[in-house]
Amino acid sequence: MKKEKKMTLTLPEEELMSCGHLACQGCGATLAMRYVLKALGQKTVLCIPACCWAVIDGAFPHSSLDVPIYHCAFETAASTACGVKAGLEMVGDRETTVVAWAGDGGTFDIGLQALSGAAERNDDIIYVCYDNEAYMNTGIQRSSATPYGAWTTTTPVKFFKNQPKKDIVAIMAAHRIPYIATGSVAYPEDLYKKMKKAKDIKGTRFVHIFAPCPTGWKSRPDDSVKLARMAVQNGLFPLLEVENGEKITLNLKLKEKKPIKDYLRLQGRFRHLTEDQMMAMQAEVDARWERLVGGSRPL
Amino acid sequence: MRDKNAKKVVFHSEREMPTMIISVGSQTYNKTGAWRNIRPVIELDKCLKCGICWKFCPEPSIVIQDEWPVVDYDYCKGCGICAEECPAKCIVMVAEEK
Amino acid sequence: MKKVIMGNHALSYGALLARAQVIAAYPITPQTQVVELLSEMCADKILDAMFIKVESEHSAMAACIGASAAGARTFTATSAQGLALMHEMLHWASGGRHPVVMGNINRAMAPGWSIWTDQNDSLSQRDTGWMQYYCSSNQEVVDTVIQAFKVSEQLLIPGLVVLDAFALSHTYEVVDIPDQALVDKFLPPFQPEIRLTPSDPHAFGGLTSPDHYFELRYKLERDMEKAPALIEETGREFKKIFGRSLDLVDPYLCDDAELIFVTSGTAGYTARVAVDELRKEGLKAGNLRMRVFRPFPFARVREVVAKAKKVAVLDRNISYGAHGIFYQEVKSALYGPQPSPPVFGFIAGLGGRDITVDSFREISSYTLARAKPEEDIVWIGVKR
Repeated sequence: MKKEKKMTLTLPEEELMSCGHLACQGCGATLAMRYVLKALGQKTVLCIPACCWAVIDGAFPHSSLDVPIYHCAFETAASTACGVKAGLEMVGDRETTVVAWAGDGGTFDIGLQALSGAAERNDDIIYVCYDNEAYMNTGIQRSSATPYGAWTTTTPVKFFKNQPKKDIVAIMAAHRIPYIATGSVAYPEDLYKKMKKAKDIKGTRFVHIFAPCPTGWKSRPDDSVKLARMAVQNGLFPLLEVENGEKITLNLKLKEKKPIKDYLRLQGRFRHLTEDQMMAMQAEVDARWERLVGGSRPL
Repeated sequence: MRDKNAKKVVFHSEREMPTMIISVGSQTYNKTGAWRNIRPVIELDKCLKCGICWKFCPEPSIVIQDEWPVVDYDYCKGCGICAEECPAKCIVMVAEEK
Repeated sequence: MKKVIMGNHALSYGALLARAQVIAAYPITPQTQVVELLSEMCADKILDAMFIKVESEHSAMAACIGASAAGARTFTATSAQGLALMHEMLHWASGGRHPVVMGNINRAMAPGWSIWTDQNDSLSQRDTGWMQYYCSSNQEVVDTVIQAFKVSEQLLIPGLVVLDAFALSHTYEVVDIPDQALVDKFLPPFQPEIRLTPSDPHAFGGLTSPDHYFELRYKLERDMEKAPALIEETGREFKKIFGRSLDLVDPYLCDDAELIFVTSGTAGYTARVAVDELRKEGLKAGNLRMRVFRPFPFARVREVVAKAKKVAVLDRNISYGAHGIFYQEVKSALYGPQPSPPVFGFIAGLGGRDITVDSFREISSYTLARAKPEEDIVWIGVKR
C-alpha cells in the first residue's frame, strides 16, 4: 500500500541550512551548500569571501546556516581558512573541518594567489569553489571561469567572452594536492560521497562544483538542475577526481556524449552564437573529452 | 535549525549590539514565500515517494511529513525545479491568486 | 636576563614571551630577522606556535585574522610595501575587532626602492583603527609587544608596534629579557568569549546595512577612547612587576622648558642628546617623545607643552599637500580656547636621511629666531 511505503531519501534528511535565505529562485549555489553541509556535518567552519553566498546567508544580525561562518575579504578565502585552521588547532580543536567556500571570481581570479599558496603549503583545508561562471553577486560580469562564447555585462554580445574557461582543475592538479574533485548539483549523491571522502583526507582538498545561475545565464529557474545534468552529460563539466595530482578517475564514463547545442539553447547568455561558433565549441569539448578519456595531460 | 517562529532581530541602541559583528538571530524570520507568483502543487495520488523533489529544492522548502513530501509555502519561492525534476510529473505549478 | 639583541629580535622575543600561538608572515627587508628568529623558535619548540609561511602580506593579515577569530593569539611583522599591501586587511582586523599585534619596521615607501627609515608607511595607516606605538629602544620594543597584547585583548582592537629601519631594527642594544613566568602572570592567555566554534555558531562580518554599521563603528571608537587610560594603567602594572614603565608620552626636561621638541622613533633619543647640549649652552630645551600615536594622547600633549614658549615638531614623514603628520596632530591637540604656544613644523630624515644633533640645532635656531611659524613645513637637510 502506498501509504505505508517510506520516502526514498538518498541523502541524510537533516538540514544545516534553513529557509529564508536570500538566494534567487532556482539558485544552484544553494543546492551546492545544502549537499556539502549534509556531508561535512555541523563541526564545520566556513570562510566565505565576497560572492553570492556573502549575501545569501542573510544580513547582519541574522544567518541561515547552523555552522559558524567567517565572512572574509574577496581574495582571502584560502588565506583566512588557513589561519582559522591553525587557530583552531592551537586552541585544541583538531576535529572541526575548515572550508573555504568561494565563487568562481574569488577562486579563479582574485583569490588564485591565496589558493595557490595554501595548496603549495598543503594546508589542511577544504577549498570549495561553486562555479556559476561569472561575477554574479556584483551583477554578472565576466570572470576567467566564464566559458567561451558567453554574454556577460562586461562581455556584451559584440565582444562576447573570447577566451576559453580557465582550467582550474589542471592548475590545482599541478600543485599535487592530495585530493581534487568536481561535482554537479544535478548529482548530489556523487557530490555527497566526494565531500565525505574529502573530509577524511589531510592536506589541501579542492572541490569544483558546477552551480547554474538562472539570473546570470538567462535561463529558466526550473532548468537549473537540468542544466547541471546536461553539462555533465555533454562532457562540458566531467565528473572526476584527481589524487595527488596524478591519478585521474572519471566518475561518469559517458558512452555517448550529448551535443552541447541543446544545453546552449536553454540559456540566453549563448543566444547570439552562430552555427559556426557552436560547432567550434563542440569541437573543443570533443577534443578535451578525448584527452581526458585518453589519460593525457594536461586535463 | 528551522525555527519558523524566529523573529527579526531589532536593536534600539548600540548597547544592545554585540561588540563583534556577529549574527544573533535566525534568517528564518524572512518568509520568502512572498516572492513567488507560481506555486507547486503535489498530486499525492501519483507521487512515487522517490524523494527527488525534496532532494532538489534550493531553499529547502519541501519537507517530509508522515512519509509524504509537503511544500512549506511560507518559504517556497516558486522556482519550479521540483515540478521539472519530478519523474512522475505529479507536481503542477499553479498561478498564485492575489 | 640581559642579552645584546637587535631591534628585530626584540620583536621576536616579545612575541615569544607573549606566547603568540599563530604567526603568519612574509619576509621583507628590514623585517626578515623578526620572522627568521620566530621560525627557529617554533622549530626548536621554544615557542609553541604554528607559523604559516604565507605567500604575501595580504594573506598574512588574512590568516592572522582567521586565527584570531578562531581564538588564538596572533602576531606578525612587516614593513613599508608589505604594510601597504595589507591595507585592506588592516581595516578588517580593527572592524572585525581582532586583537592582532603586529611589528612594523618603518621603511620608506617606494618608488624608488628604499630600505631605509621613514614613517610614511605606518602613518599612512593611521585611519585604519589600529593602535600605534612608536619605539625608540629595543627594551621598549620587547616591553611594548607584551603590553600591546594585554591592551588589545581587553579592547578587542589590534595594535602596531613600530620601530625605525636599521636605526633600531638592526641596532644591537642591551635588553633585559623579561622572565617568562612573570610575563605569564602579567599577560593571561587569550580567551575570547566570541570565537569561531561549532558549539556556538555565528556568522561573523555579514552584510551590514546603514541601519547597523554606524553603531558598530561608534562602538569601535568608544572602545578606542578607553585606550589611553588602559595603556597608562597597563604601564603602571608592568612597572610593578618589571620595574620599567611605559607611558603614552615620554617627556624629557619639559617642566621648565621654553622650547620643546616633539619627536618619535630613534630621533626621539637623538633629541635628548641635543637637549642636553643646548641646555649646557643656556637654552631651556625639552623633548616630548611621542610613544603612542593612536589613540592620539591629546590631553597629555596639551599638559606637557602648556607652559612652553614654543613647540617644534619633527616629522620623519609627510602628508603630501598638507604637512608632517605629528605636526598636524599636535596642532590639533593645542587648538582651542586655552592659550597655547606656537607650533613649528619640520620635516627631516625622509628615506633614511640621517637625523643628527645638528638637525636639532638647526631646528632650534630657526624656531628661536621667529615669534611664530612663517610656514607649515620647514625642510631640514634637503639639498636645495
